[in-house]
Amino acid sequence: MRVELTVNGQRRSDDVEPRLLLVHYLREVCGLRAANVGCDTTSCGACTVLMKGADEGGTGKGVGGGGTSVKSCTVLAVQANGQEVTTAEGLAAGDDLHPVQAAFRQEHGLQCGFCTPGMVMATVGLLSENPHPTEAEVREGLEGNFCRCTGYHNIVRAVLAAAEAGAGTEVDA
Amino acid sequence: MIPAPFEYVAAQSTAHALDLLDSLGDEAKLLAGGHSLLPMMKLRLAAPSALIDIGQLAELRGIRADGDELVIGAATPHAVVASSELVRSDAPLLAHSAAQVGDPQIRHRGTIGGSLAHADPAADLPMAVLALGGSVDLLSRNGTRNVVADDFFTGFFETSLDEGELIVAVRVPRRPGQGWGYEKFVRRANDWAIVGAAAVDGRIALANMGPVPLRARAAEQALAEGASPAEAAELAAQDTEPSEDVHADRDYRRHLARVLTRRALEQRG
Amino acid sequence: MSILGTRVLRTEDPRFLTSGGVYTEDVVDERLDGACHVFFVRSPIAHARILDIDVSAALEAPGVVAAFTGADLADLPLIKPGMNKQMARPVLATDKVRYVGEPVAIVVTEQPYQGEDAMELVDVDYEPLPAVVDFATAAQNDVLLYEEAGSNVAGTFGDSSALDEHLFDDCEVVTTRTIQNQRVAPAPMESRAGAAAWGEDGRVTAWIPNQGAQGTRAGLARMLGLGTEKVHVITPDVGGAFGAKFGADPEHVMVAWVARRLDRPARWTETRYENLVAMTHGRAQQQKVTIGGKRDGTVLAYRLEVIQDSGAHVRVGAVLPSLTILMTPGPYEIPQAESVATSVVTNTTPIGAYRGAGRPEASAALERAMDLFAAEIGMDPADVRRRNLLPKFTEPHRTKFGALYDTGDYAAALDKVLEAADYDELRKEQAERRARGDAVAMGIGLASYVEITGMGDGEDVPPQENATVEVHPDGTATILTGTSPHGQGHATAWAMLASEQLGIPVEKITLKWGDTDLVPEGGGTGGSRSLQHGGSAVRKAAQELIEVARERAADELEASPADLRFDVERSAFEVAGDPDASVPLASLAAEERLFVRTIFTAPGATFPFGSHVAVVDVDTETGKVVLRRMITVDDAGFVLNPLLAEGQRHGGIAQGAAQAFVEEVVYDADGNPLTASFADYPFLSATEVPSFELADMQTLTTYNPLGVKGIGEAGSIGATPAVQNAVIDALSHLGVRHVDMPASPQRVWQALKAAKENS
Repeated sequence: MRVELTVNGQRRSDDVEPRLLLVHYLREVCGLRAANVGCDTTSCGACTVLMKGADEGGTGKGVGGGGTSVKSCTVLAVQANGQEVTTAEGLAAGDDLHPVQAAFRQEHGLQCGFCTPGMVMATVGLLSENPHPTEAEVREGLEGNFCRCTGYHNIVRAVLAAAEAGAGTEVDA
Repeated sequence: MIPAPFEYVAAQSTAHALDLLDSLGDEAKLLAGGHSLLPMMKLRLAAPSALIDIGQLAELRGIRADGDELVIGAATPHAVVASSELVRSDAPLLAHSAAQVGDPQIRHRGTIGGSLAHADPAADLPMAVLALGGSVDLLSRNGTRNVVADDFFTGFFETSLDEGELIVAVRVPRRPGQGWGYEKFVRRANDWAIVGAAAVDGRIALANMGPVPLRARAAEQALAEGASPAEAAELAAQDTEPSEDVHADRDYRRHLARVLTRRALEQRG
Repeated sequence: MSILGTRVLRTEDPRFLTSGGVYTEDVVDERLDGACHVFFVRSPIAHARILDIDVSAALEAPGVVAAFTGADLADLPLIKPGMNKQMARPVLATDKVRYVGEPVAIVVTEQPYQGEDAMELVDVDYEPLPAVVDFATAAQNDVLLYEEAGSNVAGTFGDSSALDEHLFDDCEVVTTRTIQNQRVAPAPMESRAGAAAWGEDGRVTAWIPNQGAQGTRAGLARMLGLGTEKVHVITPDVGGAFGAKFGADPEHVMVAWVARRLDRPARWTETRYENLVAMTHGRAQQQKVTIGGKRDGTVLAYRLEVIQDSGAHVRVGAVLPSLTILMTPGPYEIPQAESVATSVVTNTTPIGAYRGAGRPEASAALERAMDLFAAEIGMDPADVRRRNLLPKFTEPHRTKFGALYDTGDYAAALDKVLEAADYDELRKEQAERRARGDAVAMGIGLASYVEITGMGDGEDVPPQENATVEVHPDGTATILTGTSPHGQGHATAWAMLASEQLGIPVEKITLKWGDTDLVPEGGGTGGSRSLQHGGSAVRKAAQELIEVARERAADELEASPADLRFDVERSAFEVAGDPDASVPLASLAAEERLFVRTIFTAPGATFPFGSHVAVVDVDTETGKVVLRRMITVDDAGFVLNPLLAEGQRHGGIAQGAAQAFVEEVVYDADGNPLTASFADYPFLSATEVPSFELADMQTLTTYNPLGVKGIGEAGSIGATPAVQNAVIDALSHLGVRHVDMPASPQRVWQALKAAKENS
C-alpha cells in the first residue's frame, strides 16, 4: 500500500508492505542506513529517529519541538503516513555538525558507532523536552538506548555539553 | 523479528473502526501506539490477519475533566499523560505511572488504552488505574459501557473487552492533593516491574503478583481497620499467585510485595 | 610540542555521526547486487538426535530460492578442534544438535522479510536426549555430547592429581570457597552478519565483521576446504566485538557455501535472539579458591581449581583456562601457589573469548580470595593487599607460572587509587552508617590486578605486527595496518604516530585495514595488542620512511644525507644551517612511490596493572545494589591519546561492573536459554552505572619505544572483583561472607536471609 511522508525534509511516496518496519523503510527504501537494528524487543534504541505528525498528543502541540523520539523498529512504515521523520542524516546542515553531533565528537561519545545515530536522535529528543537535564536525568533519559563500548560515561558528558551549548533550545526544522 | 503478513487499514473514525472490526473478523486487532502489540507480533507471539489503526484518531486522544473524573482518550500516549498539568495535579499517581513505562521513546508511542487492553500484569498502567479505582469506557455497535478496573482484567493478558469492542477512554477519579505512593522494583531501568505496588485512597494495587494486576485486599482491610503502613503491608502478599522467572522466585516476590507496599503506603504522607 | 599524549579528536567521527558507519548489513557493492538472503533454522532443543528435516513446505513459500540441510554440505570438512579432535563437528548439524540455537537447516530467500515466513515451515523431527547443563557435574559423563570422545572433558590444564596436599601446612589461617564466575553474553550492539560473492576466478569475497581479517580468512578457508589464496575477506565497519568476532563462525562458512552453490551473492544478518544464543558466550568458570597465611596478613599459599564450561563445542573458551592459570598469582608475591583446570562440554552455547579472556577470571578468583582471607583474619582488605603485592620492579620479573612481567609498581597503583577515593573517609562514612543501623548498607570493594597483553601467537612466535606507511605527492599519507579497529580509534591514533614522524597533519592521513588483498598479513585487534605492536609498527615504518626519503632528498639537494635535517614542522628536509635549501617530503614521492613496509617485533607480552575501588549502596530490604562510585587506576604505560585511553577504560569498567552485579546468561535445567533477548538479558543501561573516576598513572614498559602496554581489557579485569567485593563488604556486618555474581537483588536478599538464619 501507499505511504506518503516526509523524510529529512524530502517528501516521499512509496509502495510498501503493511508489515514493513519504519526502520527498514528508512534503510532499504530511502537508503538512509544510519539507524540500525540492534535487538528484537524494542529495548536498545539503535533505531531511534524523530517523528512528528500534524496532530500530536491530542493537545495540538508536539511534546517536543521538532518531533518526538521513537524507536523505528516498532513503528510500521504505514503508521508514519503523513508524518515527518528526521534521521541522523538529516540533522547536520551541510558540513556543519548539529550541536549534539558536535558534542558527541568533542567528548568522544562514540567508539564503534553502532548505537550512535540512535543515541544522537534520542539526545535531540531528550533536550527538546528537557533543555537542561541533570546527570541523573540524562541517564534516565537514555535508558532506552544501549551502548556496549563507552560505558555511557562520555555519552553523558556529550549530552550535558550539548545542553550547555544550548542544543535543547534550538527549534529543529 | 518480522511480523507475519497482515492487512492494514487506518480507521477514519471510531465508527469506521467498529465497522472494520466487524468486517475483518476476529483475527483483526486494533493498533494505537503499537508498543504492546507490535513487539508481540515481531516475535510472532501474535499474528493478527489485519490491523485497524486508531492511533491518529483525534476523538481518541486528549485529556479533559468531566465532573469528578479525568477522562483520558484511549490513544493518548504515555508521555502526554505524564506531562499533562491536569493529570499531574488531579491524579498524580497516574502521571507518575505513565512516566515509568519503558523509556522515553516507548512513552512517545505507547498509549493508555493500548496498555490496558494488553493487560500485562507486570505493566505500570493497569496497576495504576486499578489502584486509582478507575474505569474504562468501551464502545461497540451496541453503544458504550463502562467497566471498572476491578472487573476489567479477567486473566493473563485478558480483559473483558468483547469482540467488536474498543476502549475509547480511561476514567480516573480526580483527587487533587491526595497522598499517593508508587513503587516499581526493577533490576534495570526500562524493565517491567519485578513487582510493583501503588497506593492511593485506601486502595493498594500490585503488579506482577499474579496473572492480573491485583488488589492487596487483606492489606487494605488492615489499613481500613487502623493498622500502620508497616502492619498492613505484612499482609500484602496474601491471596497472590506470583510466578517465578529469572529475576525472582515466589518467596522473593512475596517479600518484595510486602516491602514495596509498605513503602508505597509511607509515601502517601 | 609532540602530538603524542594529547587529546586528539577522532577523525573517524564526522562520518559516524552523520551518515553512520557502514556495517556489514549496510554494505552496498556491485558484487552483491541481486544477493539472496540466508536464514538459519535453529534447534529449539538443547540435546537431540535429528531424525528428519523436511524442507518441502518451506520450498513452496513465497520467495524461497533454496533450502539445505547438513547432508547437502557433506563436501565441507569437519571442524576438528585442536584441543580435542574427537569432539569434531560438521559445519551444519547432521545427526545431532548440542545446544538451543545450533543451526540445523538453511533457508534462502529473495527478500529478507520472506525468510522468517519460510523458516516456520521447515519441519524438524528431533529425538530429545537428556541435556547436560550443569558444567560442574558434566565430567561425570552420565550423558555424552560426543560419543566418539568417550567423555565430556574437552581438556585439562595442570595435573589435579599432583596437587600438593601440604601446600597450606605452614598457614595459621586457611579458608576455602567455591565461587562462580558466571556466563555472560558479549552482546556487541552489532550482531553478526556476513555477505559472500564468488568471482569468475574461483575466489570468494566475504564481508564479515571481525577482529582480524587475516585470521578470519584463514578460518573461512580452512572450513571451506580451500587454500587462503582463494579467499578474500573485507572488514566493513564493525559494531563492537569484545572478543566474540574473531575468525569465522559456521554461519559465515555457510553463507559462502550458499553463494557458491547458487552461483549468486548471499547475505545474512542475525537477529538479537540468534546473537544471544549462537554468538559465543564469555566466562563460565566454577572456581574453588583456597588461600592461607599468617594472621599478620602475609599470604603464604593459594590454590585455584577451575572447571571451565566450554559449551557445546570446543572453541576458544575451552582453552582460556591456560591464561587463567598463567595469571594465578596476579600482582602478589605468594610463596606457594598452584592451579589446575578442566574444560567440559555441555549442552549450552559455546564459550569464546570475552574482554579479558581468561584473565578477568583469574583476578576475580584471586581478589575474592584476598578478601576472604582478610575477613578471616579481621584485617582491612587494603592492608592485606599492600602487604602481599610484589614490590616495584623495573627489570622483568618471572613468576612461578611462567609469566614474565615487564614493569610494575603495584603498591603505587593501590596507594594512588586509595588516595583518589579518599578511602579513609569512605570507611568512616561506612562506620557511621553502620552505627546508625542504616537499612541501606554501604560497601567498599577493592581489586588489584595485573594482566597480560600483546601475547603473540604461541611460545615460539614473538609478538609482532606489520605496517606500511606511504606519503603521496599531494601531501597526504596512507597507512596500512594489520590491526583491526572496531571502535578503538586506530585511524586517529596511528595517524598521530605517523604525523609525529612525518609532519603531515592527522586529518591528511588515512588508515586502511581489514582487506586481505590490501593487507595480507596481520594479527588483528584483540588481547590489547594493537597499540604496542601495531602502533609501534606504524611509528617504525614512518621513521624508516624518513630515512628512505632522506636519500632522495640528498640527491635532490645535492648534499650528503648526513648534512640534512628533517624539519617535522614543515615536513621538509633542509640542509643543516640553510633553511632555504629544502625540499618538502611529499615532493619526494612525485617520481617514485615513497613508502615503507616494516614489521615491529616485541620482546614479549606486556603487563598493565591497576587497582580499583568500588563504592556501593545496598538496600538490605530488597537486595538492590546501586553502584555509587568507581575509582580506578589502570596503568598501561604511556598514554598516546588520553581521550581514547579513557574511553577504553570506561567501556571495560562498565562491562566488568556489569558482570559483578547486573548481567548473567541463564539456562533452565533442560538447557533452554532464559535470557535470549535484550528484554530478558539484563544488558547494562546508563542508569546502572555512575560516571567513573579515573586516576592517571603511567609506568612505561621497556618493550617498545613508545613505552605502551595494552589498555583495552584492563578496566574489565579490575572492575568485576572490585564491585563484587564491595557488595559483600556492604553486608559483612550482617554476617554475609560471599555472594556469587551477579549480585542481583534476589541473590543479595537470599544471602542476607541465610546469614540472618545462621546467626
